[in-house]
Amino acid sequence: MTLAAPDRSSYWREGAGIRSWLLTTDHKRIAWLYLTSLTAFFFIGGAAATLIRIELVTPQGDLVSDDVYNRLFTIHGIVMVWFFLVPSIPATLGNFLLPLMLGAKDLAFPRLNLASWYVFMFGSCFTLYAIVAGGVDTGWTFYAPLSTVYSNGHVSMAAAGVFIVGFSTIMTGINFIVTTHKLRAPGQTWFRLPIFVWTLYATSVVMVLATPVLAATLLLLVLDRIFGIGVFDPTKGGDPLLFQNLFWFYSHPAVYIMILPGMGVVSEVIPCFARRPLFGYKLVAYSSIGIAVFGFLVWGHHMFVSGQSTYAGVVFSFLSFCVAIPSAIKVFNWAMTLRKGQVSFDTPMLYALGFVGLFAFGGLAGLFLAALGIDVDLHDTYFVIAHFHYIMVGGMVTAYMAGLHFWWPKITGRMYSEWLGKIAAGLMFLGFNLTFFPQFILGWLGMPRRYHTYPPEFQVWNVLSSAGAVVLAFAYAMPLLYLTWALFWGKRAPNNPWEASGLEWQTTSPPPEHNFDVQPVVTGPPYQYGGQAAEETA
Amino acid sequence: MNEIILHPASASTAAPGFDVLFLALVVFSGLVGLVLVAMIVGWSIKYRRGSSADRTGATAHGGGLELKVVGGLFVVAFGLFGWGAWLFVGRDFPPPGAIHIAGTAKQWMWSFEHDNGEKELNTLHIPVNRPVVVDLVSQDVIHSMFVPAFRIKQDAVPGLTTRVWFEATQTGSFDLFCAQYCGTQHSEMRGQIVVMPQADFAKWLSTRPTDQSLVQQGAALFRNLGCSGCHENSATVRAPDLHGVYGRPVALTSPAHETVIADDQYIRDSILQPAKQVAAGYDPVMPSYDGLIAPDDLEKIVAYVKSLSPGGSP
Repeated sequence: MTLAAPDRSSYWREGAGIRSWLLTTDHKRIAWLYLTSLTAFFFIGGAAATLIRIELVTPQGDLVSDDVYNRLFTIHGIVMVWFFLVPSIPATLGNFLLPLMLGAKDLAFPRLNLASWYVFMFGSCFTLYAIVAGGVDTGWTFYAPLSTVYSNGHVSMAAAGVFIVGFSTIMTGINFIVTTHKLRAPGQTWFRLPIFVWTLYATSVVMVLATPVLAATLLLLVLDRIFGIGVFDPTKGGDPLLFQNLFWFYSHPAVYIMILPGMGVVSEVIPCFARRPLFGYKLVAYSSIGIAVFGFLVWGHHMFVSGQSTYAGVVFSFLSFCVAIPSAIKVFNWAMTLRKGQVSFDTPMLYALGFVGLFAFGGLAGLFLAALGIDVDLHDTYFVIAHFHYIMVGGMVTAYMAGLHFWWPKITGRMYSEWLGKIAAGLMFLGFNLTFFPQFILGWLGMPRRYHTYPPEFQVWNVLSSAGAVVLAFAYAMPLLYLTWALFWGKRAPNNPWEASGLEWQTTSPPPEHNFDVQPVVTGPPYQYGGQAAEETA
Repeated sequence: MNEIILHPASASTAAPGFDVLFLALVVFSGLVGLVLVAMIVGWSIKYRRGSSADRTGATAHGGGLELKVVGGLFVVAFGLFGWGAWLFVGRDFPPPGAIHIAGTAKQWMWSFEHDNGEKELNTLHIPVNRPVVVDLVSQDVIHSMFVPAFRIKQDAVPGLTTRVWFEATQTGSFDLFCAQYCGTQHSEMRGQIVVMPQADFAKWLSTRPTDQSLVQQGAALFRNLGCSGCHENSATVRAPDLHGVYGRPVALTSPAHETVIADDQYIRDSILQPAKQVAAGYDPVMPSYDGLIAPDDLEKIVAYVKSLSPGGSP
């Protein structure tokens, strides 16, 4: 099998056989391995979501049985969180761009990078087996003792898959941290780094610190299930709440693993299309680190009504309000970047502006859930579903789209249809809001999450949400088709089609295998747009 | 298609306080959202590429202004935090004079026991304008008692007793949901809270219908043969509570991770060959009653166990 070679002497030309791709240590090719695998998982998770939304059109359980429904939302959650969202931007765009942005030839550990992809694929085999063999019915949260004693699904297999994939995450994190410390080009000081690099760095630190806790938790879960060691089993003196504490100690920071790189992408795109330096560059850089640190201190806000102590709840609520501060600073700075700019509305910019709106909306909904008295009612309802989908889909997936469209000319050396790009961006925004806004109302009315059947008074809002999902599914299929088309037949892209600043735009499109023909030297601050640049500190 | 509803019923003393804070949050986040949208849309239009708007004096950093704006927002936000915390702490302090209910959650039903021993399945009758405290336990996995009209929710955790209180302010029937995902029939684990005028409630509690004779005989055997020693809530040995078991799926540890439907045969087998199928979460300590129990007595006990479930009465 050979893939089309879009351009001259680029990384595409360094061998064309399947072997040259599967044994590559080039970070740009490994980014492609991840991109294709993650796209497949995105559509697997999306197919499960589609079936869920079709089932919920009517209050009765008429499409699938309760057991099948429970397996569908479990697979949707596991696949989307661990096999798409966590690795998405870091392993694809980050893998491709981090060395280019630093002015390096590759990541610090190219073979570790390839190994991380194989570990990812090995782990995903376990999870795929669990799906094919009959599924898992615990929800992606694996709460004990349902998962340890009562579930009749393939829990151990699914947990093993997530456990193994965690090591791939840790490998990527270590690789990015070392690369950022050691492989910056001459003159590329910390405060000359693009915010995308700052966010990848913060993400990597969280990955390396949080993922081992998930691994330990899942190991205990499997030992409890297979050997009955009873850590989480109250009949043996274990504690089910211990599982929740451990699980959320990983899974809340994981939310920031998922969203931080998206913030990084948007911080690159908005200055480019506003022709203005990023407003308050240093504050945005610091707030990335602030989010990473505070993200470790708020896990208890998932447990306000779990039987956790009331006053622990008060402390976690307070800290959750605190973590909103750095996020609010970022949103404010993105908006301020537009002021007095020369704003144009190319496809990446449409996605980036959509991100800011949807992320802010999801974040404001988060204040409701962080407020204790309100969470008592809204916890485990569709309000929570809507909140985190605004952040994860409206925010993260939209940012991923912004990044793919922004850097597609650099990655492939080809241009896509701007016209189709704008239509897809618009449809995605409309479809997304139609799908998830009604779920805020459902939560406010009291519809619990993970319900296969529901009382008929909730039907109208469920039908609206399902209608939105149809639009959204169509909108997500569009980039798959026209970006793939562009890869083979698109118009050739110039080296810097957006006239963007940043080292990655100084090399050819697509870049050569060694990234730069001449070692780049950085002499000034980032975001040099409109005759200005971001502030710089020595 | 059903009518569109925009507002959940508001039927407890907690609901109005909750609704006011909810509204305050809607106003606060609505204003912040509007300002943000105005900034993004307004500046996008005003400073679109090629427009003639004045662009002099643009800087890339805002000095103290930004921190003042964000700081001001957070003074308000922390006020909202304090308000929410104050409502939350009130959950620990039920008013005096409450009636007490023992609530038990299990896959996939609710049972409630009144002070006088009266038991209900998936329905809880309570008087209006009187505080009610429910002590919640779970017999298997984690469940969560959620009454949207009352704005209350509390997880029922195996190995813990948790507590939730509420005071209904309207008579009528209100949805009870299990909010914590608990396995196969999670979405069927629904019930009703029936709020009655106080006099009607007192009358209802004192005149509950009596059981059928076969069932009564079974109930007597259930005590005389020692079944109740383990299978009642007050028991010291842990064994499954049989309320609501009949006709439902039962998760097993032996054979591991399988599920059976608790039909007549399952109940008979469980009495005569208890080691054959062991319910998940319990040790296989039940002795066999094979040869110790007459066949007609066996059927009476089966009838009694069936009567403990809705639709299981003969």
